[in-house]
Order: sequence, then C-alpha cells, then structure tokens
Amino acid sequence: MRANATLPVGTYGYQPVDLAFLNDRAAQFSDQVARRLSGDLSEDEFKPLRLMNGLYLQLHAYMLRVAIPYGVLSAAQLRRLARIARVYDRGYGHFTTRQNIQFNWIKLEEAPDILAELAEVGMHAIQTSGNCIRNITSDEFAGAAADELVDPRVHAEILRQWSTLHPEYSFLPRKFKFAISGNPHDRVAARFHDIGLIATPGADGAVGFEVFAGGGLGRTPAIGIRLREWLPEHELLAYMEAILRVYNAYGRRDNLYKARLKILVQALGREAFAEKVEAEFAAIPKERYRLGPDIVEAIRARFGKPYLDAPEDAPAELSKHRRRDHAFDLWVQTNSHPHRAAGYISVVMSLKPNGGIPGDASAVQMDAIADLAERFSSGEIRVTHLQNLVLGHVRQDELYTLWQALGPLGLATPNRGLITDIVCCPGLDYCSLANARSIPIAQRINERFANVELQQQIGPLRINISGCINACGHHHNADIGILGVDKKGEEFFQLTFGGRGEEDAAIGQIIGTALPESEAVNVISRVIDTYLARRVPNERFRDTYRRLGATFFKEAAYAAA
Amino acid sequence: MPLLECGRIVRDSWQKLADDAALPSAPCILSLSRLQQDEAVRTAPHLRLGVALPVDQPAEVLAPYLDRLSLVAVNFSTFRDGRGFTQARSLREHLAFSGEIRATGNILPDQYAFLLRCGITTVETLDGTDPAAWQKAADRFSFAYQPSVLKEPVLSGLRRTMRLGLPRDTDSQLIGN
Repeated sequence: MRANATLPVGTYGYQPVDLAFLNDRAAQFSDQVARRLSGDLSEDEFKPLRLMNGLYLQLHAYMLRVAIPYGVLSAAQLRRLARIARVYDRGYGHFTTRQNIQFNWIKLEEAPDILAELAEVGMHAIQTSGNCIRNITSDEFAGAAADELVDPRVHAEILRQWSTLHPEYSFLPRKFKFAISGNPHDRVAARFHDIGLIATPGADGAVGFEVFAGGGLGRTPAIGIRLREWLPEHELLAYMEAILRVYNAYGRRDNLYKARLKILVQALGREAFAEKVEAEFAAIPKERYRLGPDIVEAIRARFGKPYLDAPEDAPAELSKHRRRDHAFDLWVQTNSHPHRAAGYISVVMSLKPNGGIPGDASAVQMDAIADLAERFSSGEIRVTHLQNLVLGHVRQDELYTLWQALGPLGLATPNRGLITDIVCCPGLDYCSLANARSIPIAQRINERFANVELQQQIGPLRINISGCINACGHHHNADIGILGVDKKGEEFFQLTFGGRGEEDAAIGQIIGTALPESEAVNVISRVIDTYLARRVPNERFRDTYRRLGATFFKEAAYAAA
Repeated sequence: MPLLECGRIVRDSWQKLADDAALPSAPCILSLSRLQQDEAVRTAPHLRLGVALPVDQPAEVLAPYLDRLSLVAVNFSTFRDGRGFTQARSLREHLAFSGEIRATGNILPDQYAFLLRCGITTVETLDGTDPAAWQKAADRFSFAYQPSVLKEPVLSGLRRTMRLGLPRDTDSQLIGN
C-alpha cells in the first residue's frame, strides 16, 4: 500500500525477459537431473552442474543454497522461502554469512520443482556454489543508512547480471566472492573477499570504486590488496574482466587448497599481480565492456523506492515509548541503525535467541516477518552477513508496535553486535567437511552470557565459529574466533583473538592450544572477566585487547586451563 | 572424432601432425614447439596450418605466427578446467584472430554456449555424440547478461540477444536449420 505499486522495494524488479531466463534455467536443471537419474550423466559430470545450481551433497541429504542477491528480499519472496521450508524441508531454513539461505533436507528429485517455485518469484540458486562467481554480498543497511555515501545495490545488481552464466568465468580454479559497500564504514568485510569494492562519490555526482583483490578467509586468511583507489564507474566491468581473466589463466588448479585468488596474489607478489591486471585491462576493448550511465540508470530505475513520509512527531513518539519501557529502550539501543530519512529507523531482528541455532528461521517466523515487512517496512527484508534479518525502513512512531509483535515470534533478542550475536557455520551436525560441531558450543556460550545486562556491560564483541579450517563461520576476523578441530577423533576448539573485518581489517591470532568444548568456553569467560576488570571506561574489547596485548590475555585466560 | 560446427557434425579436413612426421600436403595441426622451431613448415607454400595451444600458455605466444595460422586448438583436459575459454577469448579480443578455434578434450554439451561465446567455432566430440543435445543446450537461453566476442546485438541494458545457432558471417553456406 505504501510502496510503489509496480516495483518491489529494495530488490531489482525483474522484467518478463528475466523471468523467462529463470524459467529456462530451471528447465535446464530439470533436464540435467533427469539425465543424472537416467545415468546419461555420471556423478562426476553432474556435480559441477548441480553445484552451479546451489545443490550440495551433505552428510544426511542434499542441501540447496538459494541466492539472495545483496541480501535483499521482498515479502513475497520470503513467503516463498517459508513455503519451501514447509513443503520440501523440515520447516526451517538457515541464513548464511553470504546473505543466502540454505535448506538442509532436500531430495534430488524435488530440486527442479523448488527451482521452478523460486523462479515464479524471481529467485534462483544460480552460482551459489561451484567454481564460479558467487552471490554478490552488500551492506545490510544499503539505501537506508544515514552514513551511506552511495547505494551499492545498483552496482551489486550490475555485477550479478554480468556474472550470471558468464561464458569465460564459469569454470574458474575455485569459487570467487564479491562484496560491495557504499559506506566508508565497511560492514561487508570488503578486504576479506576475492574482490571487495567500496563505492564512493566523486566530483559532479560521478561514482567510482576503491578496488581490493585477493582477500579471503579459509585455510590461508589474507587481507586484500588495494588495486585501485578510484576506478571510474564506466570502467567497472572492464576492470573486473581483467582481474578475472588473470585469475582464470594463472590461478592454480593442481591443489584445491591453493586455488583461490589470494594464493595467486601471494605467489606473484602484490606488484607483479597488479601489473598483470593493469596489462590485461590496457588490452581489453573498453568500448565493448563500457558501463554507460544509461545502463546504470536503467537498472537503478528497476528498484522500487520505499515510501518515506513520517509524521513530524515520529521521533517524539519513539522517545516516549523508550522512556516508558526499559526493555524496548534496550532493544532500540542495540538493534537499530540510524536512517537517512527523518522519522525513520532500521532495525535488526536477531536470529540468535538464547538456545537457538544461529541464523536459523522457521517457516512460521518467515511468514510472520513477511507480514510485518509489508505492514512496517515497505515490504522489504534484508539478510545480514552476520546471519540476522533487517527491516530497513520503519517509521519511528511505529517501532514500538513492531517490537511488540516481534517478541512472541522470538525475534526481539536485544543482542545485535553483542557477545551472543554469534556467527556460526552449520558444522558437523550437517556438513561433510566439518571436524567439529559448531552449533553446540555457540549454544553453550549463549547460555553462559545469557544475562542481557551482562551482555550490555561487555559491549560490542564478535564471536565467530567455524567447524573446520574452511572457515565458513569467518572465525579469522572476529574479536574471538573459534575453530573446530579433530584431535584423535575428539572435538577440540582452537581460539583466536584480535581479528577484525572492517576497514581496520586484521586476522585473529592463536594464543593457546586447542581445548575441549567446556574448557574453551571457560577460557572465553576468563578473557571476558579480564577485559571487564582491566578496561578503561567505554573501551571496546578489541581496543583493550590491542592495548594490553595477546601475552597479557594469554596469561590471564590459559593460566588455569 | 566427430567434429561439431554450428550445432551439426561436419567433415574434419584437419589432421594432427606428429613432431617427427614429414610435411604433408593436407591441412595439419602442429604442436606449439614444432610451429616455433620448424621454419620449413611455416614457410611451406599453400599448406594450411593449425596449432594445438598448450593449456598453460597464454594466447599471446601465438602472436608472431597468427598470419600463418588458419586454426588454433585449445584443450580441456577436464571440462572443469576453464583456461581454454580465456585462451579463445584472448585470441579473438586481443589478437584479432579470425580463423577456426577448435575445442578438444573433455567437454560437456552444457558448455556449448560458453564455448561459442568465447569465440570457439568447432568442438571435437566423442564418437556417437548426438549433435541435437549440443544444439539444444546452446539454444537454451535466448539472451545473455554480458557482452561476448560474438558482438551480439544489445537487447536492453546489459542483455545481449544470443545468436549461437547461426554460423559466423564467413560461413553462410553452413547455416543449419
């Protein structure tokens, strides 16, 4: 009712040709599944085809990863995900650190039906897996944040389209991840992606990009190198072609674990890699790959705009409710972000309730969130790379009503950015790669620090958990990283400290031996106790850690271990 | 091996020439090292030459010989190794090579559109290959979201109308149905 009636808000409005494309893709996969089931395709031949449609073979069943481009969903799309969870899975889905959703209990025979259902609402699983360009991730407050300089979703969509079934880059040495932000405060971990882009405005409204390449986590964490300080918009695709072409030609293919771009950058060295990219870029026919302003504007025009017209007393209404209700005030304090429009606010719905599984949402919750998004936020929902959901455009005078509706759904946990807002991979409960279960230790930490006041007292602190060295839980770039390892058949956990994902990116350091689950939780408790005892007023954990140093914390935390 | 061109099987007039074989009169595909080292073969009059470009070599190594080459073969030791796509595209885009680019090795029909859009014109397939499966795979999508060396017409925005079933301009007599 409030939104532009013809276009979805926040997502790219598919045109009939785009929908036809998705139907063709679904039909293609249906065909491939039929060829596999009849034996025409061997499993070896089928594997890369199913992976490029997001279908993994996990421990117990197939897992389908559905793309949520730059993390934005319409209410209709979220309802469809709820339906898929209900009909084809066990009633829930798992939101991932790449802003996608995974369904863990899928039957191969039903995967084509699911893709057909997704295509009906302009969704797909294209390139959510496989050695190709994956989902383009972006800032969860894109187009809403008060501190944003450029809305990155338009260029994220351009990159999504350009990379879709790219003829040259669909069989790369390894997977390839993009992140793009339009905010000087990097909420997308741009420096930890194969390519990270920060869009910045130039003179006369022009847009350019700071370009980072060769970052990543996994077995060999690396911070991306800066290739360009300001790449003009019209050269964006030509320059991306140049980086990808160098990678496709020279990236290693003999060793799965040394095949990512970061290894090539390290092997060639920063200078030599940059030289190769620039030489390739110089040779590329610029006119063919030119991203003209007409194309940018045509794509921008397919994004519906939220209806932003709050009454003047909206902020006063919000203040009134905050004064009257302490629990609400606490939630607003932790789980909201300032909006660019007067009288509006963005809010984070935590998917990290006490005792829950980080990133999981039930079909009931998804349906309810879709309803709330339509009622309160122009029908738009965002997925964050920290595995929470966001309503981007909420009127401040309606926030209290929204909060009251979220509570009974288990979606009003006031812990965004706090110690229980844990990022966690599915781990050995689901994943065939994992060495350890990551969900239970997340739940133990959650229980240990369940007290809301204590969490507030501890303040901003990231804990990320990966069940193996592939680092899907991003343990390298958290204040406290937890890595599951296998020690003679038993689950142990290696702790790292001091990682950061933002513009001051850093890789966490190991300061002690791997420990069994309960001991690892005890060490974390002692580290937190030490921090609380030694911090100066208002000092964040990361700053205290940096000031006092790893050795100090090691002695304090591992003394009794 | 059956040779696929424009979605149908055509006669293959090329033969591979061993490094120690005598100079033939029919069109032949040389190894890169023979092309580089054998001046007699390069200067042989009226002999059509092709070369098998090793997968770990950039297309640019062929720059000195391109005016002598009618065919470049790029190899896919496995369909998962996509270097041949970049080699083909570099040949068309950077070196303006206009002859035949042939894909050899382990290739799936599902990759046919990618091959064509990177400038590959012929594919060596396995005995018993059904060309209809390749044609069907290539015709799956009517447009693509990025430019390619085929210089396809703009449909709208980034979209390009795909015209893969059609042969290149110079081969109009081979238009299939």
